[in-house]
Amino acid sequence: MSNLMKVSSNPHIRSRMSTSIIMLCVVAALMPTTIFGIYNFGLHALVLILVTIASCVLFEYLFDLLVHKKNTITDFSAVVTGLLLALNLPPKAPWWIGVVGGFFAIVVVKMVFGGLGQNFMNPALGARCFLLLAFTSIMTDFATDTYTGATPLAALKAGESVNVFKMVTGFTSGTIGETSMIAIVAGAIFLIMMGIIDLRIPGTYILTFVVFIVLFGGHGFDFNYIAAQLAGGGLMLGAFFMATDYVTRPITVKGQYVFGILLGILTGIFRIYGASAEGVSYAIIIGNLLTPLIEKYTMPHAFGRKGGLSR
Amino acid sequence: MGARGTFTGGIHPYDGKDLSKDKPIKDVLPKGDLVYPLSQHIGAPAVPIVKKGDHVLTGQKIAEAGGFVSAPIYATVSGTVKGIEKRRITLGDSIDSIIIENDGLYEEVDYGECKPLEELTKEEIVKKVQEAGVVGMGGAGFPTHVKLSPKEPDKIEYVIGNCAECEPYLTSDYRRMLEEPQKVIDGLKCILALFDNAKGILAVEDNKPDCIKLLKDLTKDEPRITVKGLKTKYPQGAERQLIYATTGRMINSDMLPADAGCIVDNVDTLVAINSAVRENKPLMQRIVTVTGDAIADPRNFRVRIGTNYHELIDEAGGFKEEPAKIINGGPMMGFALFHLDVPTTKTASALLCLTRDDVSEAEEGPCINCGRCVEVCPGRIVPSKLASYAARGDKEAFQKCNGMECCECGCCSFICPAKRPLTQQIKSMRKMVLADRRKK
Repeated sequence: MSNLMKVSSNPHIRSRMSTSIIMLCVVAALMPTTIFGIYNFGLHALVLILVTIASCVLFEYLFDLLVHKKNTITDFSAVVTGLLLALNLPPKAPWWIGVVGGFFAIVVVKMVFGGLGQNFMNPALGARCFLLLAFTSIMTDFATDTYTGATPLAALKAGESVNVFKMVTGFTSGTIGETSMIAIVAGAIFLIMMGIIDLRIPGTYILTFVVFIVLFGGHGFDFNYIAAQLAGGGLMLGAFFMATDYVTRPITVKGQYVFGILLGILTGIFRIYGASAEGVSYAIIIGNLLTPLIEKYTMPHAFGRKGGLSR
Repeated sequence: MGARGTFTGGIHPYDGKDLSKDKPIKDVLPKGDLVYPLSQHIGAPAVPIVKKGDHVLTGQKIAEAGGFVSAPIYATVSGTVKGIEKRRITLGDSIDSIIIENDGLYEEVDYGECKPLEELTKEEIVKKVQEAGVVGMGGAGFPTHVKLSPKEPDKIEYVIGNCAECEPYLTSDYRRMLEEPQKVIDGLKCILALFDNAKGILAVEDNKPDCIKLLKDLTKDEPRITVKGLKTKYPQGAERQLIYATTGRMINSDMLPADAGCIVDNVDTLVAINSAVRENKPLMQRIVTVTGDAIADPRNFRVRIGTNYHELIDEAGGFKEEPAKIINGGPMMGFALFHLDVPTTKTASALLCLTRDDVSEAEEGPCINCGRCVEVCPGRIVPSKLASYAARGDKEAFQKCNGMECCECGCCSFICPAKRPLTQQIKSMRKMVLADRRKK
C-alpha cells in the first residue's frame, strides 16, 4: 500500500491511439500504391523509395542530434514524409534526388520550424516543388523502359485521346505512386475505416474540382475527360494523402470544407489555364499557406453561444 | 429545436460496467469511527452543534447549515462524539470534521409524522429538502434546496432526472433504478409538485434498456412524467449536454439550467429528496460502486456517510492485485487519491481501483493538429489551441477563444494521440481566470 498512490488530474484513462500508430497506419495505407508502383516501374523504383525514406529518417535523426533535441524518429512521421516524397518522384530519377528531396523536406520545411506539428506546409510536397523548380528536366522526365512519351494528363492537355481504363488501374507513366487510382483509393478506404482521415477534405476537393472542370474545362460534361482528369496527375494521392495531412490542413470542421473547395478551384485553374498539366502539388501548398487564415475565420461557435463570445 | 437524445462530440471509452452491474446493492455497516467533514457541499461549511462527549442518535443533526448556500449534516450511527478535528478528505486537504464513535446500536431518532405530499405547501417541501441536508449527489454537491428555489418558478418547464450515468465503471445509479425505481419516480414527483408548469423527464442512456423499460412501465399512468432514452456516449450526463439532449435547449457557462427552464437532479439526489419529503429522513446514505480490476469482488454498496474508505475496500474483498491508481469517482471526472484513510461523503459515487495507470504510462509528444479533440469536444471549442494559449499564459486569447466554456469533461485528453494534458492545461487556466475575476 505504500507505493500505491499515483496521483494526477482527471481524466485518468487514455485512448489507445497514438501518433506513431497513426503514422504506421498511413504507411500501411500507402502500401498498395507503393507495391503497384514497384511492380509497374521496376526495381529502381524500390531503390529510390528506400533511399528517400532512409535519408528522411537520417536527416531527422542528425538534426535532433545537432540541436540537442530528443530523438523524434520513433514517431514515424519521417517515414511517412519519405514515402510520400518518393511516391511523387519519377521512377527513373537518380538516387541523389531522393537524398536532396529528403534534406529539403525534413530539414528545411519541417525541422527548422520546430519539427512535427510546426511545419507550415506539407514537407513532402514542399520538397517536390523545390525539386521541380531546381531539377525540372529530371523531375518531368517520366519515360521508362515500358512507357515512352508524355504522361496521360499531358497528352490529354495536348488534345490527344487517352485510355481511361489504364489510367484508373495505373498502367501508365507518371510518378511512382500516383498512377493507380484503384490502389490509392483502396488505401484511403483503409484510413477512413481506421478513423484516421475522413471525407470532408477529399470529398469537397474532388467534387469542387469536377464542377470546376465541367464549367471551365471546355469539354462540358464529358465522362471520359472527367474520369481522366480524376485518375491522372496525382489528384487522388494528393486529395486522400496530402491534403488530409493533419498539420497543414485547418483543424476546424468548417475550415476543412473551405480548404477542400479552395484546393478544387486552384487545381482546376492550374490544370486548365496553367502551362503544366499538373497542379495538385501547388494547389495543396497554397492551401497550406492559407490554413492559419482559414482557421481564424472558421472558429466554431461554442456550445450555447450563437456567434457571441464569452465574457 | 427538438430533443435529439444526444449531442455532438463525446467519446466511447471502455465502460467497465460489467464488473459490478449485476451485483445487487449490499448494505454496509460501519465498524470504525465515522468522520463527517463539515464541507461536503458547495457553499459555506456547516457549523457543528455537538461537542466532544455528546451522545448522538442515528439521524440526529450534528452540524447546521452555515448559510443559505450550505447544508446541515446528520449522524448516520448512534454513538459518542469523539471530537472535532482536522481530517483528510478525498480532495487531499484536511478540513474540520466531526468524529463519532459508533456504539453499534443504531438507535434512531423519531422522524415524526409525515403529511402526504398533496397536503404539503411548496415552501414546506423546499424546507424539508433543505433541513435534510440534500445536495447534488452526482458529484458537484450543490445544495439542492437552492436549485429548487429559482427566481421564476413558473418558468420551469422541465425537471430532468439525470439517470444517464455516462461515467465508465459506475453502476450505482443503475442498481438504484433497478432496485428502487419507485423511489426515483417519487422523488421526481416531489419536485414536480413545486413547479406547476413543469414536465418530468427521466433521462437514461440506452445501455440500460432494462431501466428504461422498468421506469416506462411504472410511469405509464403518470401524465407529467416521460422516460427518455439517450444515446450511450460520454459525457451524456453532463448538465449542459443532458439539457440539450432532452429538450433541445442550449445553455452556456454563464447560465444556469433554470435560465433554460430546466432543473436537473441526479438519481441518488431524487431518492434523497423523496426520503426527506415523504419520510422526514435526512440524507444519511448513498450508493457507492467499489470497482476496478484491482478489486477482488467489485460491488455496489449502500454506505452510511462518514464510513472510512478502507472499510469499503475490505467489504469488496480487498485488492486482488496491487492497484496503480485509486480514484474517487469515475475515471473521467474523478479525483485520484493518495490516501485511503478518508470518509465517504455525500458526493462519493465510486471508489475505482485500477492496476494500470494510463496517465503515467503515456508519453507526451507534440500536437500534430489531428483535430480529434475538436471532434469530441462537447463544448464545441478547440482544445488544442486553448491548451497552447494556457501553456503560454495568454489569458486574453484563451478567453477570446471561449476557453471559459470548457466543462472539464476530459474528452480531449482522453482522445489525444499525442497524449497531451489538454484538459489539465485548460482547467488550470480557467481557475486562474476565475481567480482574476473574483479579485475585480
